[in-house]
Amino acid sequence: MEASDLAVVARVKAGDHDAFRHLVERHSRSVFRLAYRLTGHEQDAEDVVQETFLKAFREIRRFEARSSFSTWLYRITVNCSHDLLRQRPRAGSRPSLDDPAVRVAAELADPSASANPLRELASRRIDERVRTAMNELSDQERSAFVMRHFDGLSIEEIGRVLDLKTSAAKHSIFRAVHKLRRALEPVAELSR
Amino acid sequence: MTHLSDDELVLMFYREDDVLREAEAHAASCAVCRERFEKLTMALREVESEPIPERDESYGAEVWTRLQPRLHDAVPRTRWWESLSAAMTWPRLAMAGAAAGLLLAAFVAGRSSVPPSAGPMPLQAEDASDAARERMLLAAVGSHLDRSRVVLTEIAHRNGGASSDISPERVTAADLVADNRLYRQAAVRTGDAAVAAVLEDLERVLVEIASSPSQATHDDLVRWRDQIDSKGLLFKVTVMGTRVRERQQDAEPRPATKTST
Repeated sequence: MEASDLAVVARVKAGDHDAFRHLVERHSRSVFRLAYRLTGHEQDAEDVVQETFLKAFREIRRFEARSSFSTWLYRITVNCSHDLLRQRPRAGSRPSLDDPAVRVAAELADPSASANPLRELASRRIDERVRTAMNELSDQERSAFVMRHFDGLSIEEIGRVLDLKTSAAKHSIFRAVHKLRRALEPVAELSR
Repeated sequence: MTHLSDDELVLMFYREDDVLREAEAHAASCAVCRERFEKLTMALREVESEPIPERDESYGAEVWTRLQPRLHDAVPRTRWWESLSAAMTWPRLAMAGAAAGLLLAAFVAGRSSVPPSAGPMPLQAEDASDAARERMLLAAVGSHLDRSRVVLTEIAHRNGGASSDISPERVTAADLVADNRLYRQAAVRTGDAAVAAVLEDLERVLVEIASSPSQATHDDLVRWRDQIDSKGLLFKVTVMGTRVRERQQDAEPRPATKTST
């Protein structure tokens, strides 16, 4: 039977550093998914995964079992993602699909587009719209929304991760959803 | 008829218990709200359309392979002030002088109304979290180093003639000696030789000042100044204090981020 997170944490705290491997193997995929949703870029998400586990290892003595290990890890992931986003220029760090030239080049270079070009292009337009809408959210709104919508965390858990009162966490989700709805309802109407 | 608010629709979408039953009952009988809910649902489903790069079962092992070489440098190292936390019980801290008194006062003020002299420490004291304990220890150690720096600065810059009144510094030094010994022993226990050496030099000067008469002679002042200067003691204590303060800031709970991207 697999040891619980808390049992493994206790082993790491006691000096069994290799036991940390179990936590890494258990949580890497969910950390990656969260980091990707927050940063929007694969390589950034990979960097966040590394930084998250490194920081978790360094700070593991400060982990208190008042929340689950995964909630604590989410908190570190969110902070690492926010740190990375702050360091990264908002635009220009990589080719943006908002740039028409880049977009056309990407579309021409993608052989899969030839199977059903119109449908493929429409799908990409929607993806772009979603990405843009997500980028319009503040760090806090995006984090709260991602954790509620994709990871199914309760509002209380989100509050703990973001260091917010439950009511503030709830309002972050409201603001995020209202912004996304305004941006995406027209798209949703078209694809009806 | 009062329609559901936008927020209530969101709560209904996420099936939050606090409104779910009433909201669903309303939507069942209200075509307007049903349509609004459908539009919201469709908009939110669009968010899910963006694909996420796949990571298979072996991903965790790959992350570990990349991470493991970096962990060697990141091994959690016990700092000298943290060994106090691990080694000492709260009643012992209560006896440990001014700095520990500060800890206890902060603790009692924040967590319990039972005074420290009221017998065994309350259960909450035993349950004090590691993080809160570290913050309080850092505050105490930071305060100790600040006060030590002030004493050293006063002594190093004293330009007395034949003698000089050092009553205030003498009293403070006497206060600091016991705590300094405690911190030095903690540094020795954790193998932090550099910190232990600085605290040992500091203790030597503090003991001399504390045990001198209120009127220090010119020779005393010159000797102490030499001790402080030759070891770079004032500089080292200042640097240590700065590091502890930085660590203290890191240990504070992070405020929620509000930066837009």
